[in-house]
Order: sequence, then structure tokens, then C-alpha cells
Amino acid sequence: MRVTQGTFSFLPDLTDAQIRSQVEYCLKNGWAVSIEYTDDPHPRNTYWEMFGLPMFDLKDAAGVLAELQNCRKAFPNHYVKVNAFDSSHGWESLRLSFIVQRPANEPGFELVRQEGEGRKVRYTLRSYATGKPEGERY
Amino acid sequence: MSAPESPRLDLETLYRDSNVGLALEALDRELVGLAPVKQRVREVAALLLVEKLRRSVGLQADPPPLHMSFTGNPGTGKTTVAMRMASILHGLGYVRKGHVVAVTRDELVGQYIGHTAPKTKEVLKRAMGGVLFIDEAYYLYRPENERDYGQEAIEILLQTMENQRDDLVVILAGYKDRMERFFSSNPGMASRVAHHIDFPDYSEEELFAIARLMLARMQYKLSESAEQALREYIQLRKRQPHFANARSIRNALDRSRLRQASRLFEHRAQPLTPQALSTIEAVDIRGSRVFDATRKSG
Repeated sequence: MRVTQGTFSFLPDLTDAQIRSQVEYCLKNGWAVSIEYTDDPHPRNTYWEMFGLPMFDLKDAAGVLAELQNCRKAFPNHYVKVNAFDSSHGWESLRLSFIVQRPANEPGFELVRQEGEGRKVRYTLRSYATGKPEGERY
Repeated sequence: MSAPESPRLDLETLYRDSNVGLALEALDRELVGLAPVKQRVREVAALLLVEKLRRSVGLQADPPPLHMSFTGNPGTGKTTVAMRMASILHGLGYVRKGHVVAVTRDELVGQYIGHTAPKTKEVLKRAMGGVLFIDEAYYLYRPENERDYGQEAIEILLQTMENQRDDLVVILAGYKDRMERFFSSNPGMASRVAHHIDFPDYSEEELFAIARLMLARMQYKLSESAEQALREYIQLRKRQPHFANARSIRNALDRSRLRQASRLFEHRAQPLTPQALSTIEAVDIRGSRVFDATRKSG
């Protein structure tokens, strides 16, 4: 099951040229771009691991693309996303975030039912992948 | 039977469209002297233009190596020319953004193990799409301390200079003799730097012209006697230690502005004309301690 999170996630995967123009757009707006990865794609897992520090004061997307290649090399089977942080007053938060790499095989999510008191049933989601320990999931 | 028509190539149009002409003219107009430097910059620009034209007709044209080394004494205009170079390269499309990131050893080399690589990489990422100007580059390499982290910075630099030639142009700058030693002990660096440009010292006449240019930009002018005083000042200052060419002149002018202001302030009871506000008199220049020696001996 294809994980859809962040911007563009209902589109086909972006090519490097498309990623580059999106990053150019972020830099043009003065946003700091960062790269994050994870192998726990649960929708509530908002804190992915940072790959290096956020990149401030960049003028050109080449730096981000180079870092992205490094990240892909280090984690060829993880989810990787690109974030753009707007530090201007009143925003001070992410303005854009999109997935740039996903594992070849995404097993999807299991619906877990928990019996509550009386006839109550609680539902939750669990990723099939997270059954295994971190680093061995994909 | 007519010979196959070869397409007409218009170097002139390309030259005009790329705004390189403007940048070169500005270089000529705004920088005094530096004839060999201007010559080399023009040669590099010509090479890039022809290279671009070759590519447009499908001839073999590797992106030419653009990393440069600027050598010369302090105050000879290395940083200024680097800025111009960036705008020329930008005009020709060899760098995408045309900004200059100027750094020294401090910004590249870390203080403990594992600190250098991220620091250097961050600077490189910031410079991508533009020009990385490394002032006093020889400080990166300290042979007397083999655990110095400078070597690590050099290696990362070399790797990026080689692999991301399209993304980044590196300009190394510093004193001539020390740069030569730096290159001879870092052959990898020497082989990747294609253009070596040497900045000569300014002659007294050129320094005087620079002073006039600086004053005009600050909207001051020299009285006739002050002109004479400034010429003498330049002559004397040139012979003193720590002479930094145009930078020394700039500092001298700043100090004479200071003296002019305090002179005007002392005579504040008298009426003041706008003329007087913008004129630097001989006394303002002769107040410098450069003249002390001559006063004592003569």
C-alpha cells in the first residue's frame, strides 16, 4: 500500500529534476530545507530522523540534491522526505514537506481491534513493517 | 553544386546577450591598473564564450575547468575581482546564481575530530550555484602539525571541486610565495586549479587614481595643495612596513575625513559653506603620522 503523506503524495514519485525545481522554489522563498528519513511510516509518526542539519543560507538547490543523494546511498530502503521551514515571524513552521524516496515494497497497515469494557471496540493502525526491529524493516 | 551551407555563428550577439561586455567594461572602468589581471579575465571570458558557441553547434566541449587562484599582496583587489568574476561567470551561465561566499580557514576547519567535515560541507553547500572564495587558502594546510584538521577540509574541497564542477567555482587567494608553497605541497589542488592570476602591486600613480575614485564615491574632493600632500603621503607610506595597497589608501582617506571633521568642528563659530564640507585640505592629510619621520629629520 502506497503511503501518502505530505505534498504531492497522490502524484507519481517526483523525478530529480522536479525535486530540484521544488527546492528552488523553497529557496526562492527563503525557507530552510532539510532532509529526514524513517522506516516507521505510521501517519502519527511526525518526528522522522534528521539527515544532517537543516540547510540555511543556501542559494542553489545543488547542495540539497547532493545531500539527498548521500541520504539515498546511506538509506536505500527508507522513506526520505524533504522539508522546508519558514522562519519568518508568524509562520515559524514547516511550509512544505514531500516524500522523495520510498521502499520498493510497502506492506501497508493492519487494522488492530481492541476489546474495551462492555461491547466497546477500539481501532488502531499498525504498520506491518514495524513488526521487525528498526533498520530491518524494509 | 554548391558547398553545404555552414550555419553562421554570431559571437558578437552571444557576447552582447550574455552581459559579459558590461561586466568587462565595469571592470575596466572601476578598477585602476591591474592590466595583467584584466587581460587574464578577458581571456577566460573569451574562452568561455567560444566554448559556449562550440557547444551550441554540437562540437566537443567539456565544461572548462574554472577553479582559479588569485595571488598578490594585500589590498590589490583580489576580492573585488572575484566578485566581478562571479558576475561574468553568471552572465555566461557557468554558475547558476552568481553569488560569492567568502571564507577563511575558520569557516572550513573544525576544532575537534568530526567537526571539520560537516563544517566544510555546509560552506560548500552554501556556495553551490556561485563562487567560493577562500582567502589565505594556505592556512588550510599546516605541515608542522600532522593532526591538523585542515587536511580533511582540503580533501573534501578537492572531492567537491572534482565531482561537482558544474555547481561550484572555487577561487583560492593569498600571498604569491605562500600560495606557491601551498600548491607544491598539495599537488591534487594544483592540478585542479586551471587559472593562476597574479595581482601586481599598484604604482604610485595608480594609487593616486584609486584615491580619487574612492573620494569621488564618498563625495569628497581634494584641494590642490591636498593633492600634492596625498602624492607625498603615498610615496612615504609605500616605503613603510605593512603597506596594503588600496586598503592603506582607503584607511588614510578615512582618517583624513576624521581630521577634516574635527578641523571643521573646532572652527564651528565661523560660517560654513557646502564647499568646505566636501573638501579635504592639505592639513587633513599632513596630520598623518606618516609625515612624522620627515618632520623630525627635516
